[in-house]
Amino acid sequence: MSEQPSSPTRRRLLMAAPLVVAGGVGVGFWRMLSGMTKGSFDPHDIHAPALNRPVPDFALPDQAPGTGFSAADLRGLKAPVLVNYFASWCIPCVAEMPVLNVLKDRLPIWGIAYKDKPEHALGFVQRAGNPYARIASDHDGLAAIDWGVSGVPETFLVGPGGIIRWHTASPITEAMITNTIMPLADSLKP
Amino acid sequence: MKTHPLRRGGLIALLACLFFAPLVALAVDDPSEMLPDPAQEQRAEAIGAQLRCLVCQNESIEDSSADLARDLRHVVREHVTKGESNQQIMDWMVNRYGNFIRLKPPFTIGTLLLWVMPLLALCIGIGIAWWTFRRPRAPTPPPLSDEERRRLSDLTETR
Repeated sequence: MSEQPSSPTRRRLLMAAPLVVAGGVGVGFWRMLSGMTKGSFDPHDIHAPALNRPVPDFALPDQAPGTGFSAADLRGLKAPVLVNYFASWCIPCVAEMPVLNVLKDRLPIWGIAYKDKPEHALGFVQRAGNPYARIASDHDGLAAIDWGVSGVPETFLVGPGGIIRWHTASPITEAMITNTIMPLADSLKP
Repeated sequence: MKTHPLRRGGLIALLACLFFAPLVALAVDDPSEMLPDPAQEQRAEAIGAQLRCLVCQNESIEDSSADLARDLRHVVREHVTKGESNQQIMDWMVNRYGNFIRLKPPFTIGTLLLWVMPLLALCIGIGIAWWTFRRPRAPTPPPLSDEERRRLSDLTETR
């Protein structure tokens, strides 16, 4: 058998292969990291399958200073509302309150106090300003599990007929309102 | 330096202990959470060990002490007491939190690469090994010519 000297093209290909792989991996990581800073990629996102489903069955009691509500109340709606899970012990909830207090004039917000003592939730709303048209108390946090909530704050845009049209597990920002929530809510209005 | 056989045995035992420790530690924090029936409790723990804690994300709900994990443990135990099958409880959880809650992802198009990767890696390895060993390491050189033989003997001659 005679020795086959490897051709220059083949050698160049073999040299380039690891560089191409490394480059591909680099681009992949760069895209993930830039997505994380822009908010389009969240590695902790649970992708809870709540979207385009009717709200789960629940009936929650009043949380002062508001009145409680049930799945039937949401399913009977003709216009969209924002359902916001919050708690007095949750720092990002404090951070999103100013944004919610501006949004409340354009879109009704219904709050659910998650695993909170009623007096603490009341104090929180009094301190931060009350953006909620109705407030219910999910004291044992079991209704939240049916909603697929993994922590607070979590927010759902519920369309007519009680269908969940949008969901986020991050605090609401002005950008979210302008780019996503209001356009979607306007399209859902009768 | 030679390792003393006893010391090596001790090291292996230590590693074994560390390796199996998580299995022993798999238990709820608060004994009052546990079901009175040991068989049911064992089933609940087995189901819980397959469910991801959505707060810590890399722990099962049986391992985690997050509030939500405790609530989910409680829910699992409620369903076990009701006599639901493991599959029913798993479906209940997936219905609310999606496949993300399963620590062992199901075999779908999206997880195809994940599941076949060990087999794929093995095939690629065998392929590379076969491709490498098929070629002779170095071709046998042709026998020396008379001229070369004469030169060789000249060179190896003692001067």
